[in-house]
Amino acid sequence: MAIRRGRGVAAINYPTGMNLGGDPTQALVHSTPTGNFMVTLSSVDLGQGMKQIMAQICAETIGVPTDRVVVDTADTDTGPHCMGTFASRGTHRAGNAVIQAAREARQVMLEVAAEELEVNASDLETDGQGNILVKGAPQKSISIFDVALSAHFKRGRSISGRGMFLIPRSYPEKETGAMKPSTCYAHACTVAEVEVDDETGEVTVLTVKNVFEIGRALNPKMVEQQLVGGSWMGVSHALYETTEPYYPNRDHGGTDFNQYLMPGPGDLAQTEIIVLERPSADGPYGAKGPGEMCANPQIPAVANAVFDAVGVRIDTLPITPERILRALKAQASN
Amino acid sequence: MAKVPVQFTLNGAEKAEFIDSGTTLLHALRDKIGDTSPKGGCHQGTCGGCSVIIDGELRLSCLTLAETCNGAAITTASGLSEGGVLHPLQRAFLDAFATQCGFCTPGMIMAATVLLDHTPNPSRDEVVEALSGNICRCTGYEPIIQAVLTAARSNSQNAA
Ligand code: FES
Ligand code: FES
Repeated sequence: MAIRRGRGVAAINYPTGMNLGGDPTQALVHSTPTGNFMVTLSSVDLGQGMKQIMAQICAETIGVPTDRVVVDTADTDTGPHCMGTFASRGTHRAGNAVIQAAREARQVMLEVAAEELEVNASDLETDGQGNILVKGAPQKSISIFDVALSAHFKRGRSISGRGMFLIPRSYPEKETGAMKPSTCYAHACTVAEVEVDDETGEVTVLTVKNVFEIGRALNPKMVEQQLVGGSWMGVSHALYETTEPYYPNRDHGGTDFNQYLMPGPGDLAQTEIIVLERPSADGPYGAKGPGEMCANPQIPAVANAVFDAVGVRIDTLPITPERILRALKAQASN
Repeated sequence: MAKVPVQFTLNGAEKAEFIDSGTTLLHALRDKIGDTSPKGGCHQGTCGGCSVIIDGELRLSCLTLAETCNGAAITTASGLSEGGVLHPLQRAFLDAFATQCGFCTPGMIMAATVLLDHTPNPSRDEVVEALSGNICRCTGYEPIIQAVLTAARSNSQNAA
């Protein structure tokens, strides 16, 4: 009886969004009288930071600082339609819709500025600080504040835009069954090192090293935060969490945190994160969906590491000490 | 059922309420007094989200009857900042991106506050131990542990 060490590797492709009956998200953008911009969405921020990302995307597209943008996700009854925040689709779908809406709003903004400055709208550019300048003659400029006032009170224009992003439904080809379930994939690879006590079946995860390819990190700090948390959650799925230990029999199902095991701060493995960026062709500024993808590769990596350590394949999650001991017993009797 | 009076200080301010006997402190704080910084994750003592400080000790407000707090001094996460200036722990959580959805954050900060009150320069293991009653679903804990260590360092630098 001994503590045995093992190392496992796993790599995944993960689709961004899903494709059932088509996958749409809509967005509306409008300016206030003082030249701040409202993004109206039904897409919900679950705490993953979607409002911040949408503010960045809108600001980048219109050409204003991020703090000039307010994102309102107040009401899915009255807001523009969104399929929802799931399937790692928020940044990709809503982001694309916001870009389209922001472009249209920007166009109106430039048209009003052009009237004020008596130039052509196509000769104008934004400085990202809240001003509109004539290309090549930056001394000729107007603030977005003044443009908004003019639009509202003088010119009777609405600086606003509509955005719609739709991944159309994909039907399988009759002959081959081939279809296009997703237009955009994120990728990840994890190497996990574990120690398995072959007497008790207990697994200790020593290190988890992850590489994530996520298109483009629109907010690198928030991406890192999500990936670190996701990596931990993947380990948690691999070893601890289950609602239905005797599924489909619901007896003895976990009812709360004292029966639904999650690792605490004391169970942390040393975790490493590397981010690769290969901008996606149809992502907003190249982004893909890292949300759920980041909690996946740890599971097969841990299962492979357990196999490497003690030579048994556990194909049911979570990989509990009981399952390991039963497998070791079966292996010994073969 | 007759209401019972309860009186305590909350973040330095006198509070007096009539409550149903048996009301938890969590319920009294959130729904009577309107301090929603303690979070009810489980209402049975397993998540740590409802942690508050009562007379200097870390307590779970979901397992504490409000009427046992008569005369007590209660601190919640919403009482940590002073005059709009964040408490060093709050600042460290912000700087370290130690929060995602934020649901666990007030409880984590309460647990860390009591730790640093007693152990101004904790080891990593001591931080882990102090946070072990608090569940976080989002961050994977590492940024939280780092934030507490950073706050401890900046405290001791300021003291020196
Ligand atoms: S609500 Fe008190 S410990 Fe969870
Ligand atoms: S930040 Fe979401 S539970 Fe901790």
